[in-house]
Amino acid sequence: MVSGGVFFQRESAMPQPSISKTMTTGESGLALIFAVAAFLCLIASAKALDAPFAFHAGLSAAASLAVVFFIINRYYDRPAALPPAEINGRPNYNMGPIKFSSFMAMFWGIAGFLVGLIIASQLAWPALNFDLPWIQFGRLRPLHTSAVIFAFGGNVLIATSFYVVQKSCRARLAGDLAPWFVVLGYNYFILIAGTGYLLGVTQSKEYAEPEWYADLWLTIVWVTYLLVFLGTIIKRREPHIFVANWFYLAFIVTIAVLHLGNNPALPVSFFGSKSYIAWGGIQDAMFQWWYGHNAVGFFLTAGFLAIMYYFIPKRAERPIYSYRLSIIHFWALIFLYIWAGPHHLHYTALPDWTQTLGMTFSIMLWMPSWGGMINGLMTLSGAWDKLRTDPVLRMLVVSVAFYGMSTFEGPMMSIKVVNSLSHYTDWTIGHVHSGALGWVGFVSFGALYCLVPWVWNRKGLYSLKLVNWHFWIATLGIVLYISAMWVSGILQGLMWRAYTSLGFLEYSFIETVEAMHPFYVIRAAGGALFLIGALIMAFNLWMTVRVGEQEVQMPVALQPAE
Amino acid sequence: MKAILTLDNLASGLVTTIWTPVFVAIFLAIIAYAFWPRNKAAFDEAASLPLREE
Repeated sequence: MVSGGVFFQRESAMPQPSISKTMTTGESGLALIFAVAAFLCLIASAKALDAPFAFHAGLSAAASLAVVFFIINRYYDRPAALPPAEINGRPNYNMGPIKFSSFMAMFWGIAGFLVGLIIASQLAWPALNFDLPWIQFGRLRPLHTSAVIFAFGGNVLIATSFYVVQKSCRARLAGDLAPWFVVLGYNYFILIAGTGYLLGVTQSKEYAEPEWYADLWLTIVWVTYLLVFLGTIIKRREPHIFVANWFYLAFIVTIAVLHLGNNPALPVSFFGSKSYIAWGGIQDAMFQWWYGHNAVGFFLTAGFLAIMYYFIPKRAERPIYSYRLSIIHFWALIFLYIWAGPHHLHYTALPDWTQTLGMTFSIMLWMPSWGGMINGLMTLSGAWDKLRTDPVLRMLVVSVAFYGMSTFEGPMMSIKVVNSLSHYTDWTIGHVHSGALGWVGFVSFGALYCLVPWVWNRKGLYSLKLVNWHFWIATLGIVLYISAMWVSGILQGLMWRAYTSLGFLEYSFIETVEAMHPFYVIRAAGGALFLIGALIMAFNLWMTVRVGEQEVQMPVALQPAE
Repeated sequence: MKAILTLDNLASGLVTTIWTPVFVAIFLAIIAYAFWPRNKAAFDEAASLPLREE
């Protein structure tokens, strides 16, 4: 962990007007709440029914105490007056939480890609499970998906949203402790969820594996996130609410609704990790995939489209190609996405009409998706030459191309006859990764490459050459990954449905598994390349912060009171 | 029983049916707003908002 000085700007040396220093309501209130929480968690830990719960409760007691210490320490360190919203008529942006989130994004990214590589290798060489429960595929797989989607992607979204909302509203982030509560609280949720998976704590709902206590904590953090974001928009100095903020807001609000809708569960005991979900059978399945697909739509799409709408114009120094199109495709996405979930349940006990409804809306989604892709790509008109010289912009633009590709593939796979071949095969895994590695990964990398020099006040990145290496190595990795999974998936699907002339299944299941081995090896190689690219990136960003040249700043020191 | 015509069934049928035209109307209004000629200047300015900030 880096020292606090990297994230905090210490402002104590400034001359202060004489006001007496008191704790704010937020500081004293939060310190009190966390002191009580520490006590309650300690009791829960002592009365715990299972070991993972005891561990999580004990960890939470320690973390609560640390928060109390952090708040009081920060109070003694800070000047009497809180940081002003403006200095010399210019907004005094709050960059500390953004720095922390960017750092955590890179950390979790590497962790998540590494776990992905491990489980890809386990599929190719099952001996790598080592017969140890904690590192077997079933536990590491949710660790991988949560680490890359929620930990890496989530921190990128929080960091960029806090940056974009401040800059495009020309207002300091709302709240004093609240933004820190959001970034620290969110990462603590990741820690609890991730260690839970390794210890076998899961409610077994895909992408919603964390148990009831982690879900409750996330709800508190997420509502605070919404309030900080809304509060900043409300006090904006720019009259127009920029389109990226609309996408971020849709992402935050919808994730709150999805999380609450999919997770009503009854704990077996308040001192144990196990809970049972409120509804059963096909209702639970429908809720799960309403959640699951809208997590794709609003977490992995709307949030990252917000990044596209701010970072591509900024980096290309070109206005958005069509602001009208951005409004229309935004609302089209909102109206359509929410109905697409049933395509995950084709040929199941879900009523047939619901499956057809899900398929129809999925196909319609092609249009707003491509509206966004066209808008992102065409923003480069007049600046296409920059793709040759700026690898960061190239990364951002290639991400939009991958977005177009996977949002064409998705609707196609939702068609029931196509799905009868593709469902439960590796084709789905290939599709997900062309979106996750190509679109979400690359747009996040591009955004972090822009964001880190901006928030740490550096003239530019440590090395553009290393970005170029990252770009090509990772691209090669993605191509290996997705083409291997396409071949493997279609092969698998065709072998499953092959009959002999006598009407028997032609292949046993183990024969199909055997046939996929070479593709699993190629996939693992692709994942390794993607991980190597991310390591190069982490080094580049680290060096940018450590040795990068300081951007000459406008003088923003406070004038002494006269 | 849905088949029987009662005030309750009529009302719930109306509420569940009415979402479609209401959503379509809202969406059409959004399209009209986006293409309204008088809004063009404001949208063109908003398109370059990231380039103007301090």
